[in-house]
Amino acid sequence: MKTITALAVSLSLITASAFAETSQEKGLGIAKAADARDTGFQDFTADMQMILKNRAGKTSTRSIRIKTLEVLGDGDKSMSLFDTPADIKGTTMLTYSHGLKPDDQWLYLPALKRVKRINSRNKSGPFMGSEFAFEDLGSQEVEKYRYNYLRDEPCGQGWTCHVIERKPAYQYSGYTRQVVWIDNKEYRPTKIEFYDRKNSKLKTLVSSGYREYAGYWRPARMQMDNHQTGKSTTLNWNNYTFKVGLRASDFNKNAIKRR
Amino acid sequence: MKALMLVLSAMVAMPLAANDIEVSGNVGVEARYFPQDALYPGQEDGGLSLSIQPEFRRQWDNGRKSLTFIPFYRWDEKDDERSHGDIRQLDFTMASDNWEFQAGVGKVFWGVTESQHLVDIINQTDTVENFDGEDKLGQPMLRMTRFLENGSIGLFVLPYFRERTFSGAEGRLRSPLVVDTDNATYESADEEQHVDVALRWEQTLDSVDLGLSYFDGTARDPEFNQVGSTLVPYYRQIQQLGLDLQYTGDAWLWKLEALRRENADTGYNAAVGGFEYTFAGITETGADLGAIAEYHVDSRDELATSPLQNDVFLGARLALNDAESTELLAGTILDLDNSSKSFRVEASRRFGDNVKVNLEAQVITDTDAEDAILHGLRNDDLIQLEIQRYF
Repeated sequence: MKTITALAVSLSLITASAFAETSQEKGLGIAKAADARDTGFQDFTADMQMILKNRAGKTSTRSIRIKTLEVLGDGDKSMSLFDTPADIKGTTMLTYSHGLKPDDQWLYLPALKRVKRINSRNKSGPFMGSEFAFEDLGSQEVEKYRYNYLRDEPCGQGWTCHVIERKPAYQYSGYTRQVVWIDNKEYRPTKIEFYDRKNSKLKTLVSSGYREYAGYWRPARMQMDNHQTGKSTTLNWNNYTFKVGLRASDFNKNAIKRR
Repeated sequence: MKALMLVLSAMVAMPLAANDIEVSGNVGVEARYFPQDALYPGQEDGGLSLSIQPEFRRQWDNGRKSLTFIPFYRWDEKDDERSHGDIRQLDFTMASDNWEFQAGVGKVFWGVTESQHLVDIINQTDTVENFDGEDKLGQPMLRMTRFLENGSIGLFVLPYFRERTFSGAEGRLRSPLVVDTDNATYESADEEQHVDVALRWEQTLDSVDLGLSYFDGTARDPEFNQVGSTLVPYYRQIQQLGLDLQYTGDAWLWKLEALRRENADTGYNAAVGGFEYTFAGITETGADLGAIAEYHVDSRDELATSPLQNDVFLGARLALNDAESTELLAGTILDLDNSSKSFRVEASRRFGDNVKVNLEAQVITDTDAEDAILHGLRNDDLIQLEIQRYF
């Protein structure tokens, strides 16, 4: 009798959890699935062109070469190497990203041949004067946010997207929350809305032109519009190459001097 | 010199397709103005100067191999000693998983502090370029670096010594007596051919970056002997043990550089330490403000060849983080033993895609006659504007 009761209780628990999954659990589940979908890429290199546009429509461009090494069980290691503007050519940023722990970051200044360890406190600060904050460009680890599933809805190109809300769990974020549209087939984020510390809508990021490289999907274009200033920044991605054979030794304080 | 030949022949032997060589660099025009009258006969009041620094670079094997050539030349309207050229870099670098090898003329920076680069010793300072000591002459070297887990050990062999540059008779920012750079003397019979060696261990331990260095060779900063009405540089043989340490917190950077230096007769200790605190995002547009304080101490007191023997540096760094990379650094050095003070402001901003404008100003005031180096410069307040065009 006892066993039967226990069995009945556990059965009812299973069904309860299957049918009454909370919106938090569902949101976290989607974030984990998206993370799993992108795991195993090993490494990639890509060229990023960043076009800054001010309210008057005047533009300025930066070209940045990106190298990323996947680190299983921690955030990725990445290197951003600036080719333009010409006065900062050769400047390189090395980042060891982590989940909730602050990232480790070094900056190489080629004119002085100096490697400077910098603090990553200013996560909400603009990256190179753009509308992207440092935290927007960092490695997106699952534990960096708390999630809440909102709904499913069509999101263009015949895709259906999960719409989830996520709140930064790390310190010093410039956001109270973000709303993310991510397609339900390949887990490609198509749109993110950013809400500032006063919970006003600050920026919208739209990613488009997705292509599959070695089984991993990457957008060709990411456009960030700042609704409060009227400024925008567009990232055009080119020459994505996965599994080029980068090693940990390509991501250290000596390697960033090599540029 | 052999290393140089090796690099040159490697460059020539390379199958050099023109589109493999990256060409960049800058040309600059600089105007200097000294508002106060010159202290010494023959000194001029500033003027114009032009500089060019092209860079030629070839990289392959995912950046693990590279050849670099960076010549430099400055022409100065007033001071013949400031009109000078240099090979800033001409080297070959090769890296594997565990090793890195560099041969040729290059530049190496050691250290963490902002107001003085105490342990940095591989390269000679190009003092006529700028008073701040940040400009360096290219150093012939062979370097082998062994990578460690989160660190490295580097061995440097430096087969040729570069003499320090000094302002000529017409130049400002000099001592009362002109330095005779044509007749430098050396403790070593090998003179500038003396082979210097250095060793450096670097390690990152979580939030701490540590460097330990040892140098055995020709001192980069000379002593002087008065001969007639000139100062003749005398370069000693020294052994120097250096430490640099930085702790990186959320908003704090704590920094320390310390050294022990010995020569045949005597020895001394010196240190500089302090912090930089960043107030992040002080404006809606995301500007950062850093507050810097550093203390300098030197066991030689007023006999020190450096003016920083019991001084404190207080400074502020403002980075607007805007599209033009506008930055401002302002600071003061106060001598705690007497009334000597100096102030310095550096500002820079990009205009368009390729033009950079740098503005520098310095004031040296209330100098004490015992503070001989600074006292000799007491009328050399300076405003300097530089416009650089990058290509």
